[in-house]
Amino acid sequence: MAIFIDEGTTLVVQGITGRDGSFHARQMADYGTRVVAGVTPGKGGHSFATGNGGIPIFDTVERAARESGANTAVIYVPPAFAADAIMEAAASGIAFVVAITEGIPVLDMTRVDAFVRDRGVRLLGPNCPGLLSPGKSKVGILPGQIAMPGPVGVVSRSGTLTYEVVYQLTRAGIGQSTCVGIGGDPINGTSFIDCLEAFEADPATRAVVIIGEIGGTDEQNAATFVSERMSKPVIGFIAGQTAPPGRRMGHAGAIISGSAGTAAEKIEAFEKNGIGVARRPSDVVGLVRNAL
Amino acid sequence: MNIHEYQAREILARHGVPVPPGEVAATPAQAFAIAQRFGGTVVVKAQVHAGGRGKAGGVKLARTAAEAKEHAARILGMTIKDLVVQKVLIAPAEDIASEAYVGIIVDRGSRRPVFMVSREGGVDIEEVAARDPGAIVRLEVDPRYGLLPFQAYTLATALYDDFAQQRACARILRQLYDAFVQSGASLVEINPLVTTPAGEVKALDAKFNIDDNELFRRSDIAALRDASAEPDAETMAREAGLTFIKLEGTIGAVVNGAGLAMATMDLIKYYGGEPANFLDIGGSSNPEKVVNALRIITSDPAVRVICFNIFGGITRCDDVANGIVTATSQIDIRVPLVIRLTGTNEELALKILENAGYSATTSMDDVVQKAVELASAGAAAAR
Repeated sequence: MAIFIDEGTTLVVQGITGRDGSFHARQMADYGTRVVAGVTPGKGGHSFATGNGGIPIFDTVERAARESGANTAVIYVPPAFAADAIMEAAASGIAFVVAITEGIPVLDMTRVDAFVRDRGVRLLGPNCPGLLSPGKSKVGILPGQIAMPGPVGVVSRSGTLTYEVVYQLTRAGIGQSTCVGIGGDPINGTSFIDCLEAFEADPATRAVVIIGEIGGTDEQNAATFVSERMSKPVIGFIAGQTAPPGRRMGHAGAIISGSAGTAAEKIEAFEKNGIGVARRPSDVVGLVRNAL
Repeated sequence: MNIHEYQAREILARHGVPVPPGEVAATPAQAFAIAQRFGGTVVVKAQVHAGGRGKAGGVKLARTAAEAKEHAARILGMTIKDLVVQKVLIAPAEDIASEAYVGIIVDRGSRRPVFMVSREGGVDIEEVAARDPGAIVRLEVDPRYGLLPFQAYTLATALYDDFAQQRACARILRQLYDAFVQSGASLVEINPLVTTPAGEVKALDAKFNIDDNELFRRSDIAALRDASAEPDAETMAREAGLTFIKLEGTIGAVVNGAGLAMATMDLIKYYGGEPANFLDIGGSSNPEKVVNALRIITSDPAVRVICFNIFGGITRCDDVANGIVTATSQIDIRVPLVIRLTGTNEELALKILENAGYSATTSMDDVVQKAVELASAGAAAAR
């Protein structure tokens, strides 16, 4: 078992002929993800070559979903068109949409959020690395070789910091059920709590690692959820303890405004709610090992 | 992106919000001429991207044009929170009967634009929120419908008791929402929204934070950027496609990804060092980015060691290695480099570095510890 994606995931890649889309479509197919269709307007009827054979390309997601039976979409289209691409997927019967694109205006996301929720569609991202259920399926840009199957669920707001933690777990021989990057933007489709809820319900997950960063109160809300609703052990790490207030640290969401959103507050919320906090990324390994 | 108060006032005026007159001066002589034209008492306000301008002495009343010139001479060139004041706004002083606050932010919790209004204007809204949260009225806006007339009126009744003022305020709130959406802001504030003794409602001061992700489709707003109002190194970094923030320490850091960059800063501190910067080279694999990153970091004389922490995913380690080799041939780097590379094309990268006489590790803890040791050795040598 795993969360959100597994062997049953059939994927349509939006923006499959672009620079990032074509590279990662091949990476995902090589990993074993069932990539069943691609979408690029104007390229319908062509085929996209991978190491595991050709993938049919369609002009619209609606057509791609109808003919390929895809249940999941991943979006690599540029920011100017990405909000529309997410809504196109949600309107085409796709149940799970993963938006990798970085740089979507936040006001666009307020409308996208309402649109996908009205249709009961799950969105992951935007501005996220996607997710990986080791040995089963990978959707997005996470490097597959750093992970291995096992009992730990990982959820994070960041990209490369997630890789760091997953890599250290794998090197220590501790595998993962699913690794999810929810993205660094202020408005995203899937929250920490959505992932924690799914990990709690997943029989293959025995412990969870949550990697947060400065800005907002998502980590504090997640901490309350952990103490009230979770039976599985949770280990936490927060990035940005040395970040100065008022400066945006790369991610649009990573900014300390006034007294809110500091790493200290989040660490305190974690500790108060029974989440073991790692001081360094490498300390996650020991805490997870003790929890298992 | 931040814009200046005078630019914010122009945007509001364009959307119909009543804004008192005001003009910008870059020299004391210009300030004199503007103040003379307005006649009477004027206020001279520093135009700089920092809060607390009043406390820093950047806002002064002047009864005469000569006094306005004196104040301008003192304020222009003044440093407020590390930023040099290059322009002042000259505006006639207003008689004020009441001060309110109105603002819109994109709220993470509700995932919507949210209005915040309060009868307690003229002070920081964070202060009001801390002292008396009940004094702030909030309203979530459905972005598909915008601010509806009844919602605007309901908010206005929270601020004013007089019907004419309520109607004037409701109109301003709808105009403000339009300005918010059309300028691609993530935050707008009118603080204070004042009433005059004659009963008029006016926006006296305004602040806009623009969502950087909007700039590609709003060239008019992008043109408002005042590069002279941000530190040079940060402008250079932005133009090179890097995210850079200068800090006070001695260890320069080059990292890919914002989360890992923050974690690297934290680890430097954990081992007893101080980071000199936040620098994210992003996800692309362009060796030129590494060259630019090194150029920016080496321009900071406080830096004693440069620490690379690269986890290759989209970023290819060999590209970063090539960037390091190129940079060291182009730039005179007088401080040691310590390098960590893991992930995509790691072996190739290590070979490239080895051939150029550098060694690299694959552990983040190792590289940071090494950097901290070298930084303190450098400090000892300097003493």
